[in-house]
Amino acid sequence: MIRTEEMLLNVGPQHPSTHGVFRIVLKIDGETIIEATPVIGYLHRGTEKLAENLQYTQIIPYTDRMDYLAAMTNNYVICHAVETMMSLEIPERAEYLRVIVMELGRIASHLVWFGTYLLDIGAMSPFLYAFREREAIINMLNEICGARLTFNYMRVGGVKWDAPEGWIEKVRDFVPYMREELAGYHDLVTGNEIFLNRVKGIGFYTKEEALNFSLSGANLRCTGTNWDLRKDEPYSIYDRFDFDVPVFHTGDAWARYQCRMQEIEESLKIVEQAVEQFPEEGPVMAKVPRIIKPPKGEAFVRIESPRGEIGCYIASEGKKEPYRLKFRRPSFYNLQILPKLLVGENISNLITILGGIDIVLGEVDG
Amino acid sequence: MEELLYAQPGWTHVAIFFALGAALLVTVLGFVTYAILAERKVLGFMQMRTGPNRVGGRFGLLQTVADVFKLLIKEDTIPKLADRPLFILAPVIAFAPAFMVLATIPFSENMQFADLGVGLLYYVAVSGISTIGILMGGWASNNKYSLLGGMRAAAQMISYEIPLVISVIGVILFAGSLNLNDIVRGQENIAYIFLTPIGFFVFLISSIAELNRTPFDLPEAESELVAGYHVEYSGFRWAFFMLTEYVYLFAMASLTTVLFLGGWNPIPFLDFIPGMLWFGVKFSIVVFFMIWIRGTLPRLRADQLMGFAWKVLLPLALLNIFVSAAVKELFL
Repeated sequence: MIRTEEMLLNVGPQHPSTHGVFRIVLKIDGETIIEATPVIGYLHRGTEKLAENLQYTQIIPYTDRMDYLAAMTNNYVICHAVETMMSLEIPERAEYLRVIVMELGRIASHLVWFGTYLLDIGAMSPFLYAFREREAIINMLNEICGARLTFNYMRVGGVKWDAPEGWIEKVRDFVPYMREELAGYHDLVTGNEIFLNRVKGIGFYTKEEALNFSLSGANLRCTGTNWDLRKDEPYSIYDRFDFDVPVFHTGDAWARYQCRMQEIEESLKIVEQAVEQFPEEGPVMAKVPRIIKPPKGEAFVRIESPRGEIGCYIASEGKKEPYRLKFRRPSFYNLQILPKLLVGENISNLITILGGIDIVLGEVDG
Repeated sequence: MEELLYAQPGWTHVAIFFALGAALLVTVLGFVTYAILAERKVLGFMQMRTGPNRVGGRFGLLQTVADVFKLLIKEDTIPKLADRPLFILAPVIAFAPAFMVLATIPFSENMQFADLGVGLLYYVAVSGISTIGILMGGWASNNKYSLLGGMRAAAQMISYEIPLVISVIGVILFAGSLNLNDIVRGQENIAYIFLTPIGFFVFLISSIAELNRTPFDLPEAESELVAGYHVEYSGFRWAFFMLTEYVYLFAMASLTTVLFLGGWNPIPFLDFIPGMLWFGVKFSIVVFFMIWIRGTLPRLRADQLMGFAWKVLLPLALLNIFVSAAVKELFL
């Protein structure tokens, strides 16, 4: 009689494929996972509590450090929340700049995901290709705000700096270049038999499960749910652009891959149109008081970040600091379904499933 | 060589054999040094990087030497709870067969260290010992990741040895001998790759799996098992595992050249070029192909790997025996 023994395996926080300091304690039988317990909090910085003692403009750099792969979107959500409370009118040029940098950020974020996901699965070259294109984006963002990762670019009422001369042309030239490179990615990866075998049917969940776990972003759209806040609750000037929301129906890692890859294309469409419609001149900052004091009351706004719905709730007592600030951080919510997906899978699939969810630990731990 | 083998043993003979062995070891280590550099350079080229370019001039010619030196002076750590004797023995057991198999490879008409009648069988049998070394290392480390890596390695190498051996039966049928010299001589008119293309295909895939290289690098899958069976090894013990890998790359590429690509035989009309050089060219193509594969493909999953060996490669290898026999009976 063969007897097997269960083994407790500690994956992370120092593990190459947990994308940061995520830890997961596995109970395994051979290579089959019986139970998985995620442990989070290694990167907790207490952003929300810190914000209670900061002025609104001072909070913006803290948001950079939550989802550090798409910091522009985070900048926007806090500015948008304060602007909603104060009913501010944002200048056209600032809105366009915001949309362009946010969509560029989305592309950069998806590129990092694409590269690291393939690295997790064992292909090393796509990682370097993806980072080459990301570098082009980062350089453009660096030119406009002087930082490569933690931008601190947006302000309540607009953006801090106008685009330097020739910047818009650079963005315009980037779009066809990126499309070409994207076709190259598809040639290298998308049709690869080994890759398809690794992702098809892995990490499956239904539409109901996705909704019950409050998943959002590509993790939700891969189950056939058509939900994108840029389309369904247009904020900023997203109603002016013509783009599609990619929706897939199989609900597995393969659908999530296709979804994100197509989102890059849709983002390119938005950037292309935004550059086309970009106003010749105008202010990039609305008239706002030096010290920002939103009126007494509360507000909740939500926007579509590369990882899902990012929300910001502000309770104000009319002072220059918020009384309470809360972020709905999509990575945190998306991660909750992980233990359920892992039961019965093997360790190779653990990496595929975790990578497919696309978490950023800065955001999970807040 | 022949005379030496049958002559009265004496100190001179021991010295000569020792010198020959040392010469082969130096050749192989020289190859390994530059194979590692070549791999990094080719991968760098494929990934738009420059690769090593500091130590030893613009092409990083001494990079590997520097790396090995670093490994030599590194602290040698053995985990407290490791099985000490096994832990120390494992790298040696993995490495020794890798070097032993080289003795039978004919590099040119008269460059061969042991002309064994059962050369091919010797290669397959001896290379199987390395699996024990790897499994031993994985077990003795007393680390869960190492254990998983060691188990994967054992399962994988045993499974892929079967199609590997069966795929060369076609070659043996044509040559009518297990002697590697005879096999090369049998390819004077036509290389066996054209006679048993299926056999070559199966052999190439199985050999990549035997070498634990991408897309079959599951035993050390760095994104899953961190480094698999050699997680706990450091310094020169770790270097021994690394050496094993590259010496096997050398041996396997040589074997592929001998069995399927005609060894030292030249392409028609170009026979003024020495056989050694032909061997080198064919051999380099095989090595380059393996590096190329590594730059392109993702990794398989453990169960898919097994399924592929037993459900696809094994039937193909069996079919190859039948086809080879038919070809031999009908056309030769």
